[in-house]
Amino acid sequence: MVLSGADKNNVKGVFSKIGGQAEDYGAETLERMFATYPQTKTYFPHFDLGKGSAQVKGHGKKVAAALVEAANNIDDIAGALSKLSDLHAQKLRVDPVNFKLLGQCFLVVVASRNPQLLTPEVHASLDKFLCAVGTVLTAKYR
Amino acid sequence: MVHWSAEEKQLISSVWGKVNVEECGAEALARLLIVYPWTQRFFDNFGNLSSPTAIIGNPKVRAHGKKVLTSFGDAIKNLENLKATYSKLSELHCDKLHVDPENFRLLGDILIIVLSAHFGKDFTPSCQATWQKLVGVVAHALAHKYH
Repeated sequence: MVLSGADKNNVKGVFSKIGGQAEDYGAETLERMFATYPQTKTYFPHFDLGKGSAQVKGHGKKVAAALVEAANNIDDIAGALSKLSDLHAQKLRVDPVNFKLLGQCFLVVVASRNPQLLTPEVHASLDKFLCAVGTVLTAKYR
Repeated sequence: MVHWSAEEKQLISSVWGKVNVEECGAEALARLLIVYPWTQRFFDNFGNLSSPTAIIGNPKVRAHGKKVLTSFGDAIKNLENLKATYSKLSELHCDKLHVDPENFRLLGDILIIVLSAHFGKDFTPSCQATWQKLVGVVAHALAHKYH
């Protein structure tokens, strides 16, 4: 699956609109993921996952920063996320199905906070982008 | 048998009560065809699906979207008995329509995003969790008679 020029522009547009709120988007994405897909909590036994958790906020910030980094280097997502890819393969080993779940929740957050932004075309581009990120992060698993 | 708490039933009915089935159904189906274009394979007789604009404006897409979401309403009225409610539809989708059940999951996810765009902040995490459970259960019921 290849990101077209239009896809790349759409994705960049989303992240430039989100701007400084990326951290909040990240935190809400995680909150929704834990609520909707409880099995994802198994990767965070060491976290307080209660409402307003500082750890979830902090982790949401990291996740968002990675998505922003990927969007800013959209011509070479694999290069931009290479270290994160190593980390997921060697240490974190999050099962690949979970990246789709995170992606779904991120889309829900964007839709909820920015319905006008998420036109069908942008929705398609963003979904492709999130898939591409998941593919990169699991690329070195085996 | 799926168990629904009082809170979940409340979250389902309160959202559903405010949904415009025709608009929401049309939007969800259009987005399915746009975001996952391979799903167009089931709709060769729908005419022009050549671009997002064409898909959104296509009257057959609108009509079919409304039909699909109306059927969803039946699920909501029969939460305790979904497999029976969808038994015939499940057979139809397997034997006549030959639809991979994965498509039900894709449409369910799209519906959630459409609801989220429509309800904004009111589509809380609990709301999303309940509705993802609902679309998952509907997808499962629709796949149940497959063989």
